[in-house]
Amino acid sequence: MATATAQPAMVERLPRSRSIFPWSSERLTPILLVAPSVILIGIFVYGFIGQTIRVSLSRWNNVLPDYTFVGLRNYIRLFGIERFQNDLINTVHFTAFFLAGCLVIGLGAAVLLDQRLRGTLFFQNVFMYPLALAFVVTGTVWRWIFNPYTGINVILDNLHLGFLKSGWLTDTNVALNGVVIAAVWQMSGFCMAMFLAGLRGIPEELREAARVDGATEWQLFWRVVFPLLRPITLSAVIILGHISLKIFDLIYVMTSGGPGYSSDLPSLYMFRATFQENLYGRGAAIATILLLLVAILIVPYLIWNIRGETER
Amino acid sequence: MSVLVAPARPRGRLSPARLGLYALLVVLGVFYLTPIFAIIITSLKSAAELARTTVWDMPMSPSLESYATAFQALAPSFFNSVYLVVPATLVSAFLGSMNGYVLAKWKFKGANLIFTLLLFGMFIPYQSVLIPLVQLLTSINLYGGIPGLILVHIVYGIPICTLIFRNYYAGVPKELLEAGRIDGASVLGIYRHILLPLSVPGFVVVLIWQFTSIWNEFLFAVTISGNNQPITVALVNLAGSIAPQPNVQMAGALLAAVPTLLVYILLGRYFVRGLLAGSLKG
Repeated sequence: MATATAQPAMVERLPRSRSIFPWSSERLTPILLVAPSVILIGIFVYGFIGQTIRVSLSRWNNVLPDYTFVGLRNYIRLFGIERFQNDLINTVHFTAFFLAGCLVIGLGAAVLLDQRLRGTLFFQNVFMYPLALAFVVTGTVWRWIFNPYTGINVILDNLHLGFLKSGWLTDTNVALNGVVIAAVWQMSGFCMAMFLAGLRGIPEELREAARVDGATEWQLFWRVVFPLLRPITLSAVIILGHISLKIFDLIYVMTSGGPGYSSDLPSLYMFRATFQENLYGRGAAIATILLLLVAILIVPYLIWNIRGETER
Repeated sequence: MSVLVAPARPRGRLSPARLGLYALLVVLGVFYLTPIFAIIITSLKSAAELARTTVWDMPMSPSLESYATAFQALAPSFFNSVYLVVPATLVSAFLGSMNGYVLAKWKFKGANLIFTLLLFGMFIPYQSVLIPLVQLLTSINLYGGIPGLILVHIVYGIPICTLIFRNYYAGVPKELLEAGRIDGASVLGIYRHILLPLSVPGFVVVLIWQFTSIWNEFLFAVTISGNNQPITVALVNLAGSIAPQPNVQMAGALLAAVPTLLVYILLGRYFVRGLLAGSLKG
């Protein structure tokens, strides 16, 4: 691993510049350089989150804004709505299968690519090109592939796997899994790239040492290699987990949350409630809950990263 | 930091185990290539042929008519996306470069806190800023057009651009900067004359990343763009409007995908670096 040791701040190491003013240009300029970005993010991220929370606590559930404070009423009502309860279950379902799919395929593909095979680079590129596509492109294609009459069912018939046939996106029990398959197709390459970077960072000497000690390749992987990949696995789970909480485009394009609400997710419900039904308070409440879920996942990770960096 | 370049290793001979590994690779490869295969063969079928065949049948008499239809429908939004992507990418990259420079080399008190607060902005679900965003853009008359979207993508691109540049500049030896400082260069002088000339690879990574993300973005686009749709929104609308034919949809999907696919094919190495930078730890 390239140990990118954090550079200690120059200003601390060097004698102060000649200027006698306490706000010399070497102290002021850096702050002025970051100021525009800090102000923009301050408004567009933190200010807006504050405003969203305010809306979520207000009576505004109509075309015209009404900021009358109503406490947690929007939240309490929301949790009583069957569609939202179903959305939360779908979120867990989607996240679990999406993570499992990406991790298994990503790790498998990375291990395969880490063998000494010819053509590795070609396959690596093939596994990762979906990452360059828009989710709406992926959704458009997979919706076509899942066409029950002319799509994947035809292949299953030809393979004598007819029992696996289903209505796919038109079947309430299967639709969400169809979206999971498309999402795994698109994002597993990300997992693969992370694992592959990790695998190639493991020194060959370490593996040789284990082989000399008589370890089989199987033991070598599970006892030596895999434990070293644990931090990468954690990163992948957190990044993919937060992507799965936010997923919107794929559902919008492939099923629009249907049939019924069988593949609906909070991200889509927020959009529909706010911009199609003018239920701003409810939409803001859903958005706040989504933000909380993401924050629970991301904030410790961010702190862990920044801390780890300064301790090095 | 060519993390994904395989080290040179001795190559073994073709054993049964090796054949098994290849078989697995091919199976995975088929999974990943199937959709692009479906796009290409479907888009080459005429409407008449489409009605008689399945997704998997090769086109008997390939025709480009669906591309003509798709292009006609999508051309305005394709160029909207170009107008959107170019300025948004350049400005966010430039801001990220300055932030990265300061946060890597001129850490003032509280710099790490500011960096952390900036970074959080790249993980939030954008639903949590959407309502105030529409309110603000409406009040400054930027709702319903490409300029508003440009502003939005510049702002929400700042975190990732800052992150990539900060990590990139952290690898620049501080002796280089000290030398400039002893020669009397100012903070900006060091940036312009020493760091910027070294920044080309960093800029390539950031520009590619921003280009791809903004081109592919959908939630902001569908909420804010109004009648001046970028390509992603137009592609989705294509399915529900004038031409609900799958062959036209597939041609449209390919049209929407070509710019980012080209970038990936030509500059994939840099794309992967941007991708891995997003997970913070290299």
